[in-house]
Amino acid sequence: MSAQYPDDLFYTKDHEWARIEDRDGTKVATIGVTRFAVEQLGDVTQVDLPKEGESVKQAEVFGSVESVKAVSDLFAPITGKVVKVNSPLADSPEYVNEDPYDEGWMIQVAVSNAKELDALLDAEAYQAFLREQAE
Amino acid sequence: MRRTPLYEAHVRLGAKMVDFGGWAMPVSYPSGILDEHRATRSAVGVFDVCHMGEVHFVGSGAADTVQRIVTNDVARLENGRAFYTVACLPSGGIVDDLIVYRLQPDHFVAVVNASNSDKDLDWFQEHRGAACDIQDRSPTTGLIAFQGPAAAQALQPLVTFPLERLRTFSVATDVTIDGMPVWIARTGYTGEDGFEIFCDAKDAPALWDRLVDVAGQAGGKPIGLGARDTLRLEARLPLYGNDLTDETTPLEAGLGWVVKLDGGDFVGRDALRAQAAAGITRKLTGFVMTERGIARHGYAIYDAGGAAAGAVTSGGPAPTLSQNIGLGYVPTGLSVTGTKLSIDCRGKRVAAEVVSGPFYKRGKK
Repeated sequence: MSAQYPDDLFYTKDHEWARIEDRDGTKVATIGVTRFAVEQLGDVTQVDLPKEGESVKQAEVFGSVESVKAVSDLFAPITGKVVKVNSPLADSPEYVNEDPYDEGWMIQVAVSNAKELDALLDAEAYQAFLREQAE
Repeated sequence: MRRTPLYEAHVRLGAKMVDFGGWAMPVSYPSGILDEHRATRSAVGVFDVCHMGEVHFVGSGAADTVQRIVTNDVARLENGRAFYTVACLPSGGIVDDLIVYRLQPDHFVAVVNASNSDKDLDWFQEHRGAACDIQDRSPTTGLIAFQGPAAAQALQPLVTFPLERLRTFSVATDVTIDGMPVWIARTGYTGEDGFEIFCDAKDAPALWDRLVDVAGQAGGKPIGLGARDTLRLEARLPLYGNDLTDETTPLEAGLGWVVKLDGGDFVGRDALRAQAAAGITRKLTGFVMTERGIARHGYAIYDAGGAAAGAVTSGGPAPTLSQNIGLGYVPTGLSVTGTKLSIDCRGKRVAAEVVSGPFYKRGKK
């Protein structure tokens, strides 16, 4: 099992993560939901995501995830154009439960403004936030 | 929050606890809702239903009082037998759905929904006739459901009488498990064969551990409220508060089979007679999603032409069927099998189609 909250990711208070990579001078963010989100959701049965070429905006809804019991919005950690969608999730939404940081990723976004990363939490701050919420 | 006698057992099993009508109840255990659902369909599930209410009607007037309250025909109930029924308002709206057991001619027991038990007790007292004592024995009664195709085989070694003699909707009251006095009823809320086992509240933790143990040996496990809901929805068993309310009648809900208009008199009979004579105008209708989308309680239903048709009362994934299913009230003209509907899933119209009967039906042995 991968780490609960890997150190190399950025996090939101809405329980999404973003992994930032440099590709030919462009920053690309891979986006998914955290282990905490998955534990809260329970079994994921459907994931609704934007299409390639569509734009997402930081802190705004970019899709939704349906579990057996409920539906939850997904909030974009960062603004940009969707360059890739994890299409296997359409048939295998359980990847989100099984492997939220790897096979369960959702979209990749070409980052418009790297400054927005400043608004995100690192792993330590995110876990501190979770502890705060639990109290 | 109120706790059942099994609260500590759930915590020990790692359950995710939620507030269910003021009760701290397990929504799921660590293996998750889907796994629990499948375990009940393939082997056996153990359910804490201690939060449900047990109301005893005792005395020579017990039958009369029960008949005044429920739509089914009490005169047809024999000792050791039970029926499913509803209690209605004078309007025909449903107060609660319940199972009534007749233990003796002067002793009936109603098992009612946890969230309704206070309201029900007041309603029952209000309609109590002569020579009937109404006793709420919920606090001292434990209730554990044991449901699934392996239920009988797994339970048999714990009891001394042949379970095959216990027919559906029958109850055996002179039984012990490990020396604990229990009643075993062949009833349930999952669409599977199975039992509901009544015990003294103080014995519930030991009985639970024993049942979880024998279930485990049969490939089963404890089941939370999450899977209880997906199981009952697949079997198309209605849920009070969603599919049944004080504004829906049993005739509209497809429960005409528990309404005996020519049996004993009961509260709501005149209204239901009038509705039966006039014909119902809306009906609780089952549908499957034919496009990608999951219907949830409260989502709007539209007809093929896009006109508003009603609202979803229950909806979600049907794990056994790999389909998304739901129930909702629509005009009777739209409740015909094969009718195309659409459901507003958060702003997106998703196609659905009316189906009749239970979504899931267990195979005959």
